[in-house]
Amino acid sequence: MKVNFFVTCLCDTVKANVAKRTVALLEQLGCDVMFPEAQSCCGQPSVNSGYVESSKPAMKSFIRAFECNDYPIVTPAGSCAAMVKAYPEYLKNEPEWAKRAQAVADRLFELTQFVVRELGVVQLGAKLVGTAVYHPSCSLIRKLGVRDEPLSLLAEVEGLTLLPIENQETCCGFGGTFSVKMGEISGEMVKEKVRHMSEVTPDYLIGADISCLMNIGGRLHREGKVIKVMHIAEVLTSC
Amino acid sequence: MSMKTSHATFKERIDIQMQDGYMRQSVANAQERMFSNRAKAADALGNWEQWREMGKEIRQHVLENLDYYLEQLSDKVVENGGHVFFARTAEEAAGYIEGIIKEKKAKKIVKSKSMVTEEIDLNKAIIALGCEVIETDLGEYILQVDDCDPPSHIVVPALHKNRTQIRDIFKEKVDYQGTNDPEEMTRFVRQHIRHDFLEADIGITGCNFAVAETGTVSLVTNEGNARLATSLPKTHIAVMGMERLVPTFEELDIVVSLLCRSAVGLPLTGYVTALTGPREGDQCDGPEEFHLVIVDNGRSTILGSEFKDILRCIRCAACVNTCPAYRHIGGQSYGSIYSGPVGAVLSPLLGGYEDFKELPYACSLCQSCNDVCPVKIPLSDLLLKHRKVMAESKLTPLGERAAARAFNYVNARPALWSKTVKVGAKVANAAIKDGKMLFNAGPLKDWTDSRDLPQPDGESFRSWFKNRKQTTVEQQKNEAGDRHD
Repeated sequence: MKVNFFVTCLCDTVKANVAKRTVALLEQLGCDVMFPEAQSCCGQPSVNSGYVESSKPAMKSFIRAFECNDYPIVTPAGSCAAMVKAYPEYLKNEPEWAKRAQAVADRLFELTQFVVRELGVVQLGAKLVGTAVYHPSCSLIRKLGVRDEPLSLLAEVEGLTLLPIENQETCCGFGGTFSVKMGEISGEMVKEKVRHMSEVTPDYLIGADISCLMNIGGRLHREGKVIKVMHIAEVLTSC
Repeated sequence: MSMKTSHATFKERIDIQMQDGYMRQSVANAQERMFSNRAKAADALGNWEQWREMGKEIRQHVLENLDYYLEQLSDKVVENGGHVFFARTAEEAAGYIEGIIKEKKAKKIVKSKSMVTEEIDLNKAIIALGCEVIETDLGEYILQVDDCDPPSHIVVPALHKNRTQIRDIFKEKVDYQGTNDPEEMTRFVRQHIRHDFLEADIGITGCNFAVAETGTVSLVTNEGNARLATSLPKTHIAVMGMERLVPTFEELDIVVSLLCRSAVGLPLTGYVTALTGPREGDQCDGPEEFHLVIVDNGRSTILGSEFKDILRCIRCAACVNTCPAYRHIGGQSYGSIYSGPVGAVLSPLLGGYEDFKELPYACSLCQSCNDVCPVKIPLSDLLLKHRKVMAESKLTPLGERAAARAFNYVNARPALWSKTVKVGAKVANAAIKDGKMLFNAGPLKDWTDSRDLPQPDGESFRSWFKNRKQTTVEQQKNEAGDRHD
């Protein structure tokens, strides 16, 4: 099966290794991974700050980039997937573009959603020994409704035990530009998240959104905690 | 107290509030308790999602036919022997009530909890007339005796105080000699203000929902004070936001169920009161005179705007009780009588961007509020709309606008974007060491105050993908794994 890979700007510039592991995972599942080079950022930093109008040319550029074929689009980030899925609403005053946006949005899948729902696979033969806290990101559970998919994939990882924490589904405080614009509030939110995580002393923190992982990981690093931060693509390709 | 509760800036307010350990503990405890109670009460119905959908439809229907139902309500109240006043502004509403106070030569007024009376700054107007006003809801009473401390929650106004602080306030202000036991303190206040109910000339209440078909005002309380305030004084004035009505008792049943379960996690509160007009000739209870003041104060403007969904709000505060930002900054940080997600949407609409422009940004867009709202208001979407309005009206900082413009310019040009990413990946890797930026990076300081930066991997994904050798899947995995470790 041919699939397009939407890397996201954070994975492209800062966490390329997560992107590489995602490609490896998709290839392991028999996908022929293509990377449309004209892709750019989904536009969240600008759109979520209110600059919707001036973000529209970039949205259209993104749509054009993925119109190069009809294959599914897979991305290792819930928030970026949710942003692209909101394009038709943002472009509703331009019916032609709204239609094109909808066609792209319909082909777009978050990684775990794609693996579990589209490919119908949960057993990937991965092995990771230890205990972990899984952070269900807001974008995944509340915007995309992807709650069970990551859990069913992680349940099949040999040697891995997931530990529940208090207020598990509470936001980690990232929120895109919120983390700098309202850094004090965001900081308090991530401190509480790390406190709840630390209470169960896991070996790993696992998530499916690199932005949340950077946020929580940044606090863990500041506190000198030895919890290793892993994207779910890295976990699922561990052996 | 008007809408605006502070003259300090937003950042000054949150700096002060976040240092208040008592407040933060009280808020966190209350959130945990109310959130889990709400979830239990919602689950107990078995089909909560259908209830929410019904609540949304009812409120939506009322808003779409607001003129019809307001007329029906007004006609019915008059038919029942009451008086109705439509107030376009806060001043008009307060002015009408001042007129009644003067006419009755009132010396004492008892009030039950009402947010809209705070919105129109009613107590200030009453006091200016030399009339005494006593808040009889326990939470409101605590705040009133504490030199009119602003409310921090729309349902539990004194949420930010713990029982020991309350004991100390009572001790200092009303000569309370007992312990910090909530029941003992409540008993004390009941005795302390009982004579006020008996002496009051006028009772003022809010209105949770008015029933258009019958001209009824309903009140949802837990303390019974609203019943005393509406049955002992000779005159009862009810003040309501113009959108707070339902067509018939059938819909009232549904919205009250949604309200009680969402607000306090109970099937019903202690008292649900339905008052239909003043006392009639052969009745021995109730006020001789009844006035209903229907307040617009900006609501009809909201009704015609892209923010109209907020008018569905039934003031349950479920969104407040789940909001992680509210949890850490507390209600008084909002600088408005309306706090939390609903306050961040409503305050700029009713009070203007000038005073409340930061509130729509005090949100990580986690959407937890959207999920719990019993009438399905897309609160986080409305906060985004506020940001959009402000960005497009140039109310946002100049530097931010320039940054957004530059970002969007590059992001809309694939070749330029690609180059930027490739260079950016290398620069980021060189500029960050051990979680710290090697040079001062402006806005990133707010990030690094409480956390470190990630160590970038060094090469952009797109460079790697383009250059990667056609190796086997296994080799690629190993390569990526090596780099990661």
